[in-house]
Amino acid sequence: MNLRELTELCLNQTKQLGCSYADIRILRREQQELSLKNSNVENIAHGEDFGFGVRVLKNGAWGFASSRTLSPEKVKEITAKAVRIAEASAIVKQKDVLLAAVPPVTAKLAATFQIDPFQVPLEEKIQFLGRIDDKLHQVKGVTISRAFMNFWKENKVFASTEGSYIEQDKIESGGGMEAMAVGEGDYQIRSFPNSMGGNVRAYGYEFVQSLGLLENAERIGREAVSLLTAKPCPSGEMDLILESSQLGLQIHESCGHPTELDRVFGTEASYAGTSFMTPDQLGKLQYGSPQVNIVADATSPGGLGTFAYDDEGAPAQCVDIIRQGRFVGYLTSRETARVLNVPNSAAMRADGWGRMPIIRMTNISLLPGDASLDEIIADTEHGLYLITNKSWSIDDKRLNFQFGTEMAYEIENGRLGAVVKNATYTGMTPQFWNSCDAVAGKDFWTLWGLVNCGKGQPSQAMHVGHGAAPARFRKVQVGVMKG
Amino acid sequence: MNKDQVLEILKKTLSQARCDQCEAVVISQEQELTRFANSIIHQNTMQEDATLTVRAILGKQIGIASSNLLTDEAIAAVLERATTIARLSPANEEFVSLPGPKPISEVDAFVPRTAQTTPEERAQGVRKLVEKIAGHEILASGAYSTTTNQLGVANSLGVEAYAESTQASFSTVLLSANSAGYADRESPDAGQIDAEEIAEEALKRTLDARDPRAIEPKEMETVFLPYAVAEMLDYLAYMGLGAQSVQEQRSFVNDFQGKQAAMDEITIWDDGLDPRGYAMPFDFEGQPKRKVFFFDQGVVQGVVYDSFAAFKEGKESTGHALPQPNGYGALPLNMFMAPGQATVEEMIRSVKDGVLITRFWYVRPVHPKTTLITGMTRDGTFKIEDGKVVYPLRNLRFTASILETLAGVELIGKELKLEAGFFGGTMVPALKTKSFKFTGQTTF
Repeated sequence: MNLRELTELCLNQTKQLGCSYADIRILRREQQELSLKNSNVENIAHGEDFGFGVRVLKNGAWGFASSRTLSPEKVKEITAKAVRIAEASAIVKQKDVLLAAVPPVTAKLAATFQIDPFQVPLEEKIQFLGRIDDKLHQVKGVTISRAFMNFWKENKVFASTEGSYIEQDKIESGGGMEAMAVGEGDYQIRSFPNSMGGNVRAYGYEFVQSLGLLENAERIGREAVSLLTAKPCPSGEMDLILESSQLGLQIHESCGHPTELDRVFGTEASYAGTSFMTPDQLGKLQYGSPQVNIVADATSPGGLGTFAYDDEGAPAQCVDIIRQGRFVGYLTSRETARVLNVPNSAAMRADGWGRMPIIRMTNISLLPGDASLDEIIADTEHGLYLITNKSWSIDDKRLNFQFGTEMAYEIENGRLGAVVKNATYTGMTPQFWNSCDAVAGKDFWTLWGLVNCGKGQPSQAMHVGHGAAPARFRKVQVGVMKG
Repeated sequence: MNKDQVLEILKKTLSQARCDQCEAVVISQEQELTRFANSIIHQNTMQEDATLTVRAILGKQIGIASSNLLTDEAIAAVLERATTIARLSPANEEFVSLPGPKPISEVDAFVPRTAQTTPEERAQGVRKLVEKIAGHEILASGAYSTTTNQLGVANSLGVEAYAESTQASFSTVLLSANSAGYADRESPDAGQIDAEEIAEEALKRTLDARDPRAIEPKEMETVFLPYAVAEMLDYLAYMGLGAQSVQEQRSFVNDFQGKQAAMDEITIWDDGLDPRGYAMPFDFEGQPKRKVFFFDQGVVQGVVYDSFAAFKEGKESTGHALPQPNGYGALPLNMFMAPGQATVEEMIRSVKDGVLITRFWYVRPVHPKTTLITGMTRDGTFKIEDGKVVYPLRNLRFTASILETLAGVELIGKELKLEAGFFGGTMVPALKTKSFKFTGQTTF
C-alpha cells in the first residue's frame, strides 16, 4: 500500500467506527547536528524518525494514537486505539467538540532551499566549524569555545475525513557559536548570532553560510573575556534598548504565549498556565504603545513558523495580534476559533507524528518602525543597551517577567559606554510594552528562529519564528541580581 | 517491545559492526496520557516508539546515528551512517574508549498493572477527581499518564544490559475564580495513584488560596513543600552536579568541594538502585549505577560521571551517562535528600515573618556558578506570621541562590515525596530556610 492508500484505510475505518471527524499525519524527519568544542568534536550525529498519528472525534471527544510502524495492520490497530481513547475521553465531557469549517484541499508543497544541507559533504561542514572554533579559542582567556550547525528535514502527509490530502516538505538550517570565560567565582558566556541554538531558518545550507560566523568569532571571544572584568549591572529604573534577538524572546514570552487561545480557554492550565489576555479584553486592551504592532505571520519567507497548511489542514494566515498597541487577535485552532466565533488563524501544529496538534506560535513579529538604531541610542540620555538572552522567566499568566542578557552597554548622553555584565530587567507585560517609544526600521529587523518552545503534555518542543528590530522601553527596572 | 526483541536488535547491530568499537542503544517507550482541563478530558493520547542509536568508533573518531525504523535494512543503514560519520570526523583526542562490562544489580522497577492501565481506567481516575471538587465552583485541569520504558545497551567490549520500568504520574491544577492549587503523585505503580487523595490536597490548597493579597517582596523566612524542593535540586544538578560542569570550571563544586556549603543536616545523593525512586540499574552506556553523594552533612562531595568524563580524570564512570548525542555529559537522575525530623506544621510554627511555597514555575538559571536562579511561585503561596498561615499571597518572583538557601536551612521535613525530574525522579522532604530572596510579585 502506498501512503495515500494507508491514509484512506485509516479514515475509512474511523467512519465505520462512528467518528464524526478524523485526520492522520505521516511524518518522516531527519536531523543532523554537528558541534565542535575546544578544537574537538563534541557531537556529529544523524537521526531519522518516522511514524504516524491518528486523531479522531468520537462521541464529541478527542482521541489520539500513534506508532512508528507504518503497515496496514498497524494502521488498523492504531486507528482502533484512537477511537477507543476518544470513547474514554467522552466519559468526562460536557459538550461535544465542534470545529470551524476548513475547505478540503489537495496540495503538494516543496521545501524552500538553494543548497540541501544534507547533501553538503560532512567534511566541508566540519572544516567550516573548525575554523570558527579555532578563531574563538585563539582569543586569550576563552576557556570553552563551541561552534555548531543543525539541520532538519521533514516530509509530512496530512489527510482528513473532510477530503484534504496535503503533502508538505520542509528544510531548516541553523548555526552559531559560543565562547565561555571563567574567572574567580565567575563564568561568562557570549553567543552569536543568538543564544539557544544560534539562528535557524527554513532555508538550506546557504543560510548558515550567510550568518557571518567566521567574521564575528574573534569579537565574540573577546567579548566573553571582557565580561569577566566588566562592571556589574546597576540597579534601578532606567531606559532600555533591547537588541533584536532579545526582543524576539520578549515577544515570544509576553505576546506569543498569552495570545494562544487554548491557554486563554484554560486548556494548558495544568502545565504552561493560562493568560491575562482574556476574550473580554479583545479589541479593548491597550497592550502597548502606538508604536507596537505585532503580527502572527505564518507566511514570512523562511520562518520556522512558516507553512502552507497547519496540522488541521487550515491555510496559513498573517493576522494582527497587536495593532497600534491594541490587542486585536489570537492564535487559534478550528475548535477554539469556533468557540470564540472568530476567523481561524490556523496555528495548530504538532511536534512530530506522536503528538496531538496544539496551538503554537507561527512567526510572531514586531513590525519595524522608522528610526535607526543609532538615532535611538543618540536620543537616549541614560540607560542600557541589552544584547543576547541569557536567562528568561515569566509567570503562568504571562505578566511578571524577568530576563537576563549576556552583555549590556551603558548609554550615557546618547552614546554607548562601558560594558556591563549580568544584566537583568523585570516588569509587567502591559506596562512594559506601553513604555515602548521607539522601534528601529526595517534595515535593523531580523527574523529569528527558536527551536525549543516547550508546551503541552506530553511535552512538545516547537520551532517558531520572531521578527524584531531593536526598540526602546522607558523606565524599566533593571539589576535584580547580586554581583 | 519486549526484552528478546530489544536484545535481538542489539545483537544484530553489533554483529554487523565494522568499526574498532561499537555501541548500540535501544530506547523503547509506550506512553498513554489523559489530559483534562475545565473539568473535562480534552486531550487523550498514546504513542509507541523505539529508537536504535549507534555510536561507531574508529580510533578516536566517533560517529553517531539513530533511527526508529528497526528493520534489518534500517539497522544496517544506521550502522553504515554512524561508521561513515566516524570516518569523516576529526579525532576527538580526549576520547579514550567505550566502557567495558561491569556487574549490574537487579532492580524491580516494572509494575505490570501500570503497563496494563487502560484509557478507561485513566478516565475514571479523572472522573473521581472531578467529582470530588463538585459544588466548589472550581475547575480541574491536569494529566494522568502511564508509561512503559525498555532500555537495552550493548557494546563491542562486552557490555549487555537490559531493563524495563514503568511510571505513573497524576497531577492537577485546580482553578477557582482567583486562586489555584496543585497536587501530584508519582509512582512506578499506578495502583498507588489515588485520584481522590490528590483532589483533596489540591482542593484544600485552592480554597485556602482564594483572594490572595500583595506584599512587599523582600528576603523572608520560607517554607518549601517538596514540589518546590525537588525543582530546586533538579536545577542544582543541571548547573553543577555533572563532571563536565566541574571540568569546565562552571560548577559551584569548583569553589566548594570538601567545604561546608549547606546546613549540616543536608545530605543529598543519587541512587539509581533505590526502589523508592524511579530506579534504573544502569545508564545509557550500560554502566552500573553507583551511589554518589553530593552533600554529606552539608559538605560538598562528588559529582556524577559518564565514561568520557571519567576517563579524562582516570576514574571509573559512576553510571550517569545520558543518551547520545548530548552536550551535557553526565547528570544525576535519581536524587534523594535525607529526611529530618520536622513536620510542615512545625516548620510553619517556627516562622515569625515568612512565606509558604507550594511549587515553583519557570525556573531558570541566572548565574550557574553561584547557583543563582529566578522563577515564580505558583498554585498556592501563603503568608506566615507568628507561626501561623495568615493569608494567601499573589505569586512572587524570587531571585535567589540555591546554595545560600541550603546553607540557611533550619528545619527538614520527615516525610519524603517522589517528584518527576528532568528524566528520572527526585525524592525530597519539605524544607524551612531562614532567608529566601523575593524580588517581585505578580497580580494574581
